[in-house]
Amino acid sequence: MKDPQRALGWLAAIGLAAGLVVAFGIAPREATQGNVQRIMYLHVPAILVAYLAFGVVLVASTTYLWRRAAGADRLAHASAEVGVIFTAINIATGSIWGKPTWGTWWTWDARLTSVSIMFVIYLAYLLLRAMLEDREQAARFAAVLGIVAALDIPLVHFSVYWWRTLHQPPTVLRPGSIPMDATFVAALTINLAAFALLYGYFVAKRVRLLKREQEVLA
Amino acid sequence: MIYARRAWIVLWKDFLSERRSKETLNALFFFALLLLFLFQFALGADRERLTAALPGLLWLGFILSGLVGLGRAFLAERENDCWEGLVMMPGDKSAIYLGKVAGNLVLMVLVEAILLVLFAVFFNIDLATHLIRLTAVIGLGTIGFAAVGTLFAAMTAHVRARELLFPVLLLPVQVPVLLGAVKATEAVLRGEPLDTVAHWLGLLAAADAIYLTVGVLTFDAILEA
Repeated sequence: MKDPQRALGWLAAIGLAAGLVVAFGIAPREATQGNVQRIMYLHVPAILVAYLAFGVVLVASTTYLWRRAAGADRLAHASAEVGVIFTAINIATGSIWGKPTWGTWWTWDARLTSVSIMFVIYLAYLLLRAMLEDREQAARFAAVLGIVAALDIPLVHFSVYWWRTLHQPPTVLRPGSIPMDATFVAALTINLAAFALLYGYFVAKRVRLLKREQEVLA
Repeated sequence: MIYARRAWIVLWKDFLSERRSKETLNALFFFALLLLFLFQFALGADRERLTAALPGLLWLGFILSGLVGLGRAFLAERENDCWEGLVMMPGDKSAIYLGKVAGNLVLMVLVEAILLVLFAVFFNIDLATHLIRLTAVIGLGTIGFAAVGTLFAAMTAHVRARELLFPVLLLPVQVPVLLGAVKATEAVLRGEPLDTVAHWLGLLAAADAIYLTVGVLTFDAILEA
């Protein structure tokens, strides 16, 4: 195949299909939670890839401020968009899993809170981009915000963790505390790889689209 | 020394124009007083409920008046076409940032002092016994707020919907500072020693250092054009 982007797209599609087969067909039914647990194969890769996406935003933003390369700005923009979508997938699937498992759609647990704050921060990032008309200015401002946002994530994490845990013991079981069978790990890894490919494909597409947009407007 | 002097000049200029116009401070004091009424109406006369919510209300008051005050930090330059004047200032532009942060700190500390006195009078809190520890906590929280607030105010000065965008950008980023400040204030008002909230104070100090460093390093990119 000539087009590496297409190849990436097909790889992601194959990976996702394989991930679905493994998650629903091969991975065993979890003993205590039942089939609901299978949502983890979507839930966990989504947030891990979202973290990756926001890391890319940080690196691309720093590169932009340093070198002023328009490509770095497009990469930051695309990566933030995909990261926000994946965070939304993570929150939505977590809610769907939480209803039968915890008995509630939402609780102000430390992880839920910190992920939702991160979600809001990057939504604001996209809002800033949308509100600035001058492209070059939007690139500079968004780069600064991209750096502040990424450095804020650990602060948010610690503050929310202390906020929840110093006042009441963890009331919810943590999915991570379950000792995992090798099949679960394998299913998770395949889905993680598929999501990473999907991320790469989306970002590549979006970067190309942004480039075309800018060429048309220029 | 030259660097500190340039920051000082920015601070002094803002101080002078504020002293002569008294635009921001007068309105902010009045705004703080109104907030107090709102809190009272929202929570009713139940004194126990007020006391329990006090640290949160106090910081809500600081944040809301801070949003109004900091959002105007670069308005004078923007409206009077003096932005180029700032850009043409010789040397490292981060001196302007530090000058503006210092100015915003002074502004916020003044409003916070008034709010504290108003809270003490209206809600009957004994401030005198906690004053030193309270000052430390409020100082740490306010530095972080002013550091990011100044950076974002410079950004949003260019946007038409700046009154909307400024809080939308600032509030989510400030969640750690808010949580830490409220928790530490709560402990101080309960009369606990600062050791019990050492981790929160550490977080606030780390946030201050991170925000100030990012502000100093990136302000150049915001000021140009």
